[in-house]
Amino acid sequence: MADSIAIRGVRRVGRWTLAGVADVGAVSILILGVLRALVPGLRSWRLLVQQMYAIGVGSLGLVFVVSVFTGAVAAVQAAYQFSNVVPLKYLGAVILRSVIIELGPVLTALVVGGRVGASIAAELGTMKVTEQIDALRAMGISPVRFLVVPRVVASTIMLPVVTIFANFLAILGGAAVAIYSIGVAPHTYVVGLKQFFYVKDLASGLMKAFVFGGIIGIMGSYFGFATEGGAEGVGNATRRAVVASCVLVLVSDYFLAHILFRLIFRE
Amino acid sequence: MIHIQGLRKRLGGKQVLDGVELTIHPGESIVVMGRSGSGKSVLLKHIIGLMKPDAGTIEVDGEEITGLKERELVDVRRKFGMLFQSAALFDSMTVGDNVALGLREHTSLPDDEIRRRVTERLEWVGLEDVESKKPADLSGGMRKRVGLARAIVMDPKYILYDEPTTGLDPIMADVIDRLVRSLQRRMGVTSVIVTHDIASAYKIADRIAMLYEGRIVFVGSAEATRMTTDPLVRQFIEGSSVGPIKV
Repeated sequence: MADSIAIRGVRRVGRWTLAGVADVGAVSILILGVLRALVPGLRSWRLLVQQMYAIGVGSLGLVFVVSVFTGAVAAVQAAYQFSNVVPLKYLGAVILRSVIIELGPVLTALVVGGRVGASIAAELGTMKVTEQIDALRAMGISPVRFLVVPRVVASTIMLPVVTIFANFLAILGGAAVAIYSIGVAPHTYVVGLKQFFYVKDLASGLMKAFVFGGIIGIMGSYFGFATEGGAEGVGNATRRAVVASCVLVLVSDYFLAHILFRLIFRE
Repeated sequence: MIHIQGLRKRLGGKQVLDGVELTIHPGESIVVMGRSGSGKSVLLKHIIGLMKPDAGTIEVDGEEITGLKERELVDVRRKFGMLFQSAALFDSMTVGDNVALGLREHTSLPDDEIRRRVTERLEWVGLEDVESKKPADLSGGMRKRVGLARAIVMDPKYILYDEPTTGLDPIMADVIDRLVRSLQRRMGVTSVIVTHDIASAYKIADRIAMLYEGRIVFVGSAEATRMTTDPLVRQFIEGSSVGPIKV
């Protein structure tokens, strides 16, 4: 007798749940593996520096465009919402705070997550399907220590650095629009920036970026290592790594905001 | 000596290994032949601990390895060199770095000694002036030889070959066959070769084993294999689609 639609539905939900739990378990094991490989200290600085360069410097072009336009859009939108209600002298302050707390870290993580998460997953996935990972293991070299640690450490270190760059550019982009298009005096914009700059805002944004960097490195590595099959498998791994890092960045952003602003930096 | 007993492994709903029994003697060159998908490569990956069996044991020099953790396997794996089917060279590194990797990771030899050893091993496999090339710039036969140089750089006791001649032209296949033989003489290693290339098996094997439906159904010297009346083996070495082996 054929199963009813309800039974098939329940079965599918069950399968998804089990697969999800298995993924969470496997990711936790990978994170533990990375931490354990870090305990004796990094063995190869060369591998780390290579990855830091690829992840950090390699992302600057893309981050440049995204940040300048994010700042510019923030300025236009804020000016529109302020119209006749809030004086334009607060424009700089609003752009500054929204950028360093939220827009800078999150948009940078989404853009870099797409770019870096995809390239880590594609590279490790290709290594997996061409037996290069097995070759490392057969040589008695831990793929986690040799491949995952440099990538995760590099993205965790570089994401806050790239975020600082993004913050700076977004504020400049906002300034350009505020001054040349909306007509705020440069001095007014700068006073607004200074008046509402709090170190804890910057610190919380960078702490978020730090966590997002770890998420991007781990997700790229995890889905890369989990690759099965040929070119199609690598494509799937890449897509899943990007989707997972973007979703996790946004979800963790909520929890981080909660932890940072309601527990640590409470007024 | 490698002693395999009752090895069973199920993969993707198929019983790939179903009670493999095989003893590999020191210094010999043993060929495991079988059809594509018969589990030859899976067997090889179990011997070096890349896969864990569902049941059965593998003893390497008296040490049972199937229960070892990844970290405990490192010492076992250092006894082995493995040539992968597609060579599995690290394509982000140069040929020289590929061959040198084991030495850099596992020894504290000075860099000029490592370079000397890399050049020497590349010469052993018939390659010169390729250290600075990337694997993508090499032909299939050259890649296999670089893979072989990488497998022997740590002076292993055992070399595992996964389809060493597959995808090569007959002349390059013969070059590889001769290399397998000459390395065995030069280094006194034990070679385990997995292949479905009968011509190559006759050239390199002291003994030939046949894997069929997850079991070793025949083991004998190269000569005994040539002369056997076993219908399974006869059908395989004659390359016939008619016989007891189901197509």
